[in-house]
Amino acid sequence: MEIIPLIIAAAISGGTSLLFAVLGGILNEKAGVINLGTEGIMLIGAVMSAIVFIQTNNLFITLAVVLIATGFLGLLHAFLCITLRANQTVSGLAITLFGTGLSAYLGKSVAGVPIPVSIPKVELDWLDAIPIIGQIFSGLDIFIWLSIALSIILYVYMYKTAWGLHLKAVGDNPSTSDAMGISVAAYRYFHVIAGSMLMGVAGFYLIMVYSPNWIEGMTSGRGWIAIALIIFARWNPIYALFGAYFFGGLDSLGFRMQIYEFNIPSYFLKMIPYAATIFILMFIGWKNRNKPSVEPKSLGNPYFREQRL
Amino acid sequence: MSQSANVIEMKDIVKTFGEVVASNHVNFEVKKGEIHALLGENGAGKSTIMSMLSGIYRADSGDIYINGKLSRIRSPKESMELGIGMVHQNFRLVDTLTAVENIILGEKSNKWRGSSWMKKKIEEIEELADKYGLTFPTKVPIWQLSVGEQQRVEIVKTLYRGAEIIIFDEPTSVLTPGEVEQLFLTMQELKRNGKTMIITTHKLKEVMTIADQISVMRKGTMIAQMSKEEATIQSLANLMVGQNMADEGFSIKVIEKGKPILDVQNLVVRTKLRINAIDRINFSVHEYEIVGVAGVAGNGQKELAEVLTGLMQLYSGQIVFNNEKLTAPSVQQLIDKGIAHIPENRMKSGLAGSLGIIDNLMMKTYRSNARAKFGLMKKKENMEWAANLIKKFDVRTPDMVSPVAQLSGGNQQKLLFAREIDINPKLMIAVHPTQGLDVGAAKAVHEMLVQLRDSGSGVLLISEDLEEVMQLSDKILVLYNGKINGVIDRGQANREVIGQLMAGLNYKEGAFYEPEIVV
Repeated sequence: MEIIPLIIAAAISGGTSLLFAVLGGILNEKAGVINLGTEGIMLIGAVMSAIVFIQTNNLFITLAVVLIATGFLGLLHAFLCITLRANQTVSGLAITLFGTGLSAYLGKSVAGVPIPVSIPKVELDWLDAIPIIGQIFSGLDIFIWLSIALSIILYVYMYKTAWGLHLKAVGDNPSTSDAMGISVAAYRYFHVIAGSMLMGVAGFYLIMVYSPNWIEGMTSGRGWIAIALIIFARWNPIYALFGAYFFGGLDSLGFRMQIYEFNIPSYFLKMIPYAATIFILMFIGWKNRNKPSVEPKSLGNPYFREQRL
Repeated sequence: MSQSANVIEMKDIVKTFGEVVASNHVNFEVKKGEIHALLGENGAGKSTIMSMLSGIYRADSGDIYINGKLSRIRSPKESMELGIGMVHQNFRLVDTLTAVENIILGEKSNKWRGSSWMKKKIEEIEELADKYGLTFPTKVPIWQLSVGEQQRVEIVKTLYRGAEIIIFDEPTSVLTPGEVEQLFLTMQELKRNGKTMIITTHKLKEVMTIADQISVMRKGTMIAQMSKEEATIQSLANLMVGQNMADEGFSIKVIEKGKPILDVQNLVVRTKLRINAIDRINFSVHEYEIVGVAGVAGNGQKELAEVLTGLMQLYSGQIVFNNEKLTAPSVQQLIDKGIAHIPENRMKSGLAGSLGIIDNLMMKTYRSNARAKFGLMKKKENMEWAANLIKKFDVRTPDMVSPVAQLSGGNQQKLLFAREIDINPKLMIAVHPTQGLDVGAAKAVHEMLVQLRDSGSGVLLISEDLEEVMQLSDKILVLYNGKINGVIDRGQANREVIGQLMAGLNYKEGAFYEPEIVV
C-alpha cells in the first residue's frame, strides 16, 4: 500500500504543468476563442524560463519575463482572431508552429544545460501528521499549491461573480452580450491574454520543476492534451484539476514503468497518455451523447456587430 | 402637440448595406406616451431604423434627437443609457442562462454574486414582473421557456434597465393568438405607466388594435404618418404594398385531380425519444392537387415533412411515390425522383446564407450536365441560367454573388422556390412557406404553388396559417397528436370545424381513423 500515495504524488507533480495549460485554455474558450497555440506558447514559456533563469538566477524575474512573452503571444492571437476576425484554428496552429520553431532557435545556447533551481517547498506539519494525505501533500512545491488555489479561484470567478456571468454570456452569445452593454472585444482580449499567460506558466513549471533542462520540443504534445482536457473537464476548473492529475498520473506511470524494467517497449509506454486521450474523449462523447453540450455556443466564431443574423 | 413633446426625432436618416439602400432619407417622430406602429413589408427598412435607435447599426448620415437632444447612439449601451429598450424579433437572450441571469446581464454593480445576492435579485425581478402582469420561470435556463415566456423576459429586461421608450420588433410574429392578446394587455399596462412604445409589424389588424399613431415605410422610405383615427385597414394596406393589390381576391379554379403521385399507408415515424410522432396515418396526394396539412405546431408536421424528404426514416408502414415503394431512400434519391422541398426554416435548411445566388440555385442540380462538365462548373452558362431564374421569379438582389443572408425574407423565399421549381418536381412539399413574409411576397408564393398544381404537380402544403391552408388546398388533413383527425374537402372547410379538429375534438386516444373521411 506504500505505493499508492507515491503514485498520487507523482500524478500531482506530473499534472501541474497540464493544469496550468488547461486553466488557460478554459479561459480562452469560455470567452469563445479556441487557442490551438497552447503547445507553442508552452514551449516559449519553457525556453524563456531556461534562458532568463540561467542568466539571472532569479525566479521572479524569470516568471515575469515568461508572463510578458506569452502574454504577447496571447495578444497576437487575440488581435488576429478578435480584431481581424481571422480563422481561430489557423491562427492557433500558426502560433504553435511559430512557438515551436522560435523556441528551438532561442534554446540552442541553453540546450541540455541543467537549471540549478530550487523551488520553495511548502512544509505543513499539521498536514504531514495525517496518514496517507500527509504523505501525498508533504513538501509539495509552492507552484502546486498555487495551481490548486488558482483552480478554486477561477471556479469562483466563473460561477459566482458578475465577470463570470458576463464571460459565459460572451462565449455563448456575443451579440446579446453586446446588446446588454458588455464589451465583447474587451472580455475576449483579456481572457485570451490571461489564458495564454497561464499556458506560459505551464511551460515555466515544466522546465523549472518537472524536467529542469531545455530540450527542443520538450512539451512533447502536452499542449494538445491540455486542449483535449478542456473537453474532458467540461470547461470547469475544478474538473480540470482532476483531469490534469489523471493524465499526469498516466504520464509518470509510463515514465516509472521504464525504470522498473517491465518488458514493454518504452515507445509504447510513452504512448499511454496520448492513447488515453483518444479513449477518454470517445468515452465522454458516448456518455454525454444525449446531454446538452456545455461547449461555449459561439466557440470559434468571430463576432461582428453589423452582421445580419 | 408641440415639437418638444417628441421623445424621438430621426431626421434624414440614410443607411446602406452594400448597394442596398435600407433607409433612404427617413424622417421619423414619436411622441411621449404613445404606442407608435411602424408599418411596412419585410425589407421595407423598419428593422434597420429600429436597430439604429438601439445602437446596433450606425446611420451613414442623418441626426437622431432623443428627448429633444441631439444624440449619437454608437452602441447598445449608449442606447440603453438614453432610456431606449428593444424587444428583438430574434430574442437577445443567452439560452444557457436563466431568466434572472439574462435580466441582470451587463449590470456592473456588485461583482460578487453569492446566493443571498441572487435571491434578492430574483425577488426584485419577480416583483417588477408582477407589477405588469408578466410571469415566467426565473430559475431554469432560457431554452426551456416557451416563446411567449421568453418575450416576457425580454420586456422585463428593458424595464429593469429603466427603459422609458420600448421598441417591439415584430413582436407578434412568433406568438400564438392567446399570447398576442396577453402582449397587448401588457402594452396597455405599460402605456398607463407612462412608457412610450414603438411596434414594428406588417400585420394590419394588430396595428389597428394597439397603435395610437402609425407610420408606414416602403422600400426604405417613409411613406406616411397618421393617427389611428385617420387610418383604415384598406388605406394602410395600399400604402404599405404600394399598389392596389391587397383587395384583389385570390382566385383559384377547381380542376380535376389526376392519378395518385404519393400514397402513404399506415405510416409510423418514431423520434429518437421513441415516441410515435406520426402514428399510423394514411393519405394520398394526386397530380393536379394541393393537399393542405393543418394542425397546431408539434403534432407531427415536422416529422411528416422530414420523412417525405429523406431527412428521417420511417419506422413502419410504407410510402409509395409514383407507383414505386420507397424504402429508406436518401435525400439525393428523393430529389432525383422529383420531390421538391421548401423547408420550415429557409435560412437553416433551405439556403446557405454566406453563399451567393448562383451557388444557392445550383445546390440541387450541380451534378447535372447542364451545370457542370467533368466535375467543373460551367461558369458562363450557370450565370445566364441563374440570371434567367431570378428574373422569372422576381428575386430582387443587388448582384449574383453577395451572400443571400443579406436578402430580405421574401426574396430568399422566392429564390428557394426558383431552385425547387426549376427541377420540375412531381411533388412539392412546402412547409410554412409564407412564414414571416409580407403580403406581397406571400401572394407570390401562393401563386407559385397554384401554378405548380395547375401544371400537374402534386403539392403537400404544411402550414399553421389556417387562412392559407383553406385558400389553397383541394383537400385538408388535420393532424393531431401524430394522427389524421379529419379530412376536409375544398368548399366544406370552415374555420370552426378545422379549429375543433386541430384542438383534438372528436379525437379518441388509440382510435384509428380511416382515410378519406369527410367531415
